[in-house]
Amino acid sequence: MAAKTLTINGQLISAEEDQTVLAAARDAGIEIPTLCHLEGLPDVGACRLCLVEIVGWPRLVPACVTKVAEGMEVYTDTERLRKYRRAILELIFAERNHVCSVCVSNGNCELQNLAMKLGMDHVRFEYRHPNLDVDVSHRLFGMDHNRCILCTRCVRVCWYVECAGTKNVAGRGVNSRIITDMNQPWAEAETCTNCGKCVQGCPTGALFYKGATVAEMERDRSKLEFIVTAREKKQWLV
Amino acid sequence: MVLEDLVKIKERYLAQRKKFTFRVCLAAGCVSANSEAVKEALEKAVAEAGLQNDVEVRGVGCLKLCCGGPLVAVDPLNVIYQKVTPADAPALVAALNGAEPPVAKVDLAHPYFAKQLNVVLENSGIVDPDDIESYIAHEGYRALRDALRELSPADVIAIVTKSGLRGRGGAGYPTGLKWATVAKTKSARKFVICNADEGDPGAFMDRSVLESDPHRVIEGMIIAAYAVGAEQGYIYVRAEYPLAIKRLQNAIRQARQLGLLGSGIFESPFSFNIEIRIGAGAFVCGEETALIASIAGRRGRPRPRPPYPAEYGLFGHPTLINNVETFANIPPIIRNGPEWFARIGTEKSKGTKVFALAGQVKHTGLIEVPMGITLREIVEEMGGGAPDGKRVKAVQTGGPSGGCVPASELDTPVDYESLTRLGSIMGSGGMIVMDETTRMVDVARFFVEFCMDESCGKCAPCRAGTVQMYNLLTKIRDGRATLQDLQTLEELCEVVKNTSLCGLGQTAPNPVLSTLRFFRDEYLALLKDHPAQQHQSA
Ligand SMILES: Cc1cc2nc3c(=O)[nH]c(=O)nc-3n(C[C@H](O)[C@H](O)[C@H](O)COP(=O)(O)O)c2cc1C
Ligand code: SF4
Ligand code: SF4
Ligand code: FES
Repeated sequence: MAAKTLTINGQLISAEEDQTVLAAARDAGIEIPTLCHLEGLPDVGACRLCLVEIVGWPRLVPACVTKVAEGMEVYTDTERLRKYRRAILELIFAERNHVCSVCVSNGNCELQNLAMKLGMDHVRFEYRHPNLDVDVSHRLFGMDHNRCILCTRCVRVCWYVECAGTKNVAGRGVNSRIITDMNQPWAEAETCTNCGKCVQGCPTGALFYKGATVAEMERDRSKLEFIVTAREKKQWLV
Repeated sequence: MVLEDLVKIKERYLAQRKKFTFRVCLAAGCVSANSEAVKEALEKAVAEAGLQNDVEVRGVGCLKLCCGGPLVAVDPLNVIYQKVTPADAPALVAALNGAEPPVAKVDLAHPYFAKQLNVVLENSGIVDPDDIESYIAHEGYRALRDALRELSPADVIAIVTKSGLRGRGGAGYPTGLKWATVAKTKSARKFVICNADEGDPGAFMDRSVLESDPHRVIEGMIIAAYAVGAEQGYIYVRAEYPLAIKRLQNAIRQARQLGLLGSGIFESPFSFNIEIRIGAGAFVCGEETALIASIAGRRGRPRPRPPYPAEYGLFGHPTLINNVETFANIPPIIRNGPEWFARIGTEKSKGTKVFALAGQVKHTGLIEVPMGITLREIVEEMGGGAPDGKRVKAVQTGGPSGGCVPASELDTPVDYESLTRLGSIMGSGGMIVMDETTRMVDVARFFVEFCMDESCGKCAPCRAGTVQMYNLLTKIRDGRATLQDLQTLEELCEVVKNTSLCGLGQTAPNPVLSTLRFFRDEYLALLKDHPAQQHQSA
């Protein structure tokens, strides 16, 4: 495979031809914040946290879906990007109810971690505080829509890794919701195989194992990675 | 079908012409004002007068002055009657030999008509949209025949490129360049899509073209398909346009019957078919990647580009997607040559543009004007200014993606670059005139509400950001906001504009930014901490 050389934040790096800017950066030890990206899933470029500046390109582009090119000059951490990322996090925090102190994922949450890392210490927008459902009908898992950030990782895990097609998005705009089957309670979703991969994939406290209480919810992504590596590279690495 | 057949149809059609023709507008605007009953009454009156052999009553498309509907034009008297009722029919028939009927006439010398230049609408109000022979009699399918039999695909692309035509769907991307890109891709399958989703509030240009002259769009699509090497086309029409859908279905059936769609068109090796797909009412489905997902049976949500549809489109194949009006420009460009087209308009914006003139202006309806005409000519001369002696305050173009041009800038020429410079956009052709009673914060809030409702919800800044923009605008309108809120609104607009995934989010702040640019005082005057006064005293 042909290699490409490019610079990220002034650092010269080489990348594989088909790699995304995100993958190339991570290989080179350069961190770019992400929320909707999950290793092994097709990317959708939806959360917009991984936006980067590329010299000569008219717009900011999401690193997770942008392929590297020879001679590309990428900047991942400019003042402008940091400002936008903080604002997007503020918008997400204000959209639903992210009260960390009473959340199962407190301490293990990607949203919370990013907010701390990016210095998002206050929210300028009015909290919308919607009153959303919590679906605890399923025997093993629960779904708290109040914590969902609509990253669709659970949907993509369900469709592309487990291939069950149980989870989906319904509604649009701010009324979008993650649903199971034909918008039924999870327990009645006949296609669900009870595999729990969506729970593993969720970045926040929206999907959880029943019985987990505040700050107890930890995720084990290694299972997902194991399946994807096995499928794509034919390597059974435990 | 060969050239001789086309000529024969035309001659036969022209030979059958009667001495007089009533052209009754059957586009949606006049239909809603009861023009179908007017047509029936005219037919009856003609029969009662025993004039069937001398008078034809023809249903036609848009006669353009929609505010005067139902409209009836009479050939060869060269008059258009307005606000015609079925009871007027006998008087109109009696008037054929010169008598003055008690029905108001449209002033055809008025700038509203005199300043129009009809390229896209050349047949609108003249041909019977339900009769392919009527279209053929007006040079229809001649361009297609010439393209297939006398030009190579590369020639066609060269002509379109040379004409300078730019996409009429909003962004103004050069059409020839787009065609060339799709033509260059190597793929066994390619598609051509006509975007007839027209979702901007107040816009009805594309609907009018489809209702008035559907064959023109079909002909443009077939020529495009030949140029890029596609065998299958789709027209994506919104479900709210039942009349346009009916006429398109009928037009496609008639074109198939004559062999203008199907295999071996004009006895060339080229084959092409068109199917209609009906959109289910989401504005975002007009965005090309969402539209393509919707045709493929998936949820209509945009995806990041690149790859562009030209490379990776419908079912993963290279796809050409153009707007209705873009396709409608193609037959005359092929027929009259690119030089003819390039002579119309300005250096960078060639040809004409169709606008749906609406709002607080005396004459509303459909206008087609050469690019480069000033907004003042459109609003004050053609539109007659604001009614009831009020002053025009601003003109909104580009709908929810556009902005408000203040009255002080009315001398701006209508071209892509000039409107962009003013923080608005050409857009697809909505033009809303606002008078002095309009409150600009309300205008901005109206469009932001629209974007909030229509956001697909895929990306965080648009989904969660438009709601906050709406909240802040509501707060300002209600007099509850502070200078700090205004600053937050401006910062938020910048974030949503620069970080959203698709054009909907990227342009949603435009109505706010443009009203802030030209009417900032109106925002300041509403703030709790009265900075307007503070500014003045400082
Ligand atoms: C939210 C959104 C809505 C759009 N709606 C339409 C539409 O209704 N009709 C249209 O032709 N283009 C629409 N577009 C533009 C299309 O994405 C695309 O650029 C256009 O169809 C290309 O055709 P053109 O090159 O002939 O203009 C829309 C774009 C966005 C972002
Ligand atoms: S439930 Fe979790 S994984 Fe699914 S969309 Fe919401 S936040 Fe993302
Ligand atoms: S900008 Fe808005 S409409 Fe476009 S993808 Fe994002 S949420 Fe959907
Ligand atoms: S990680 Fe790239 S957009 Fe979300």
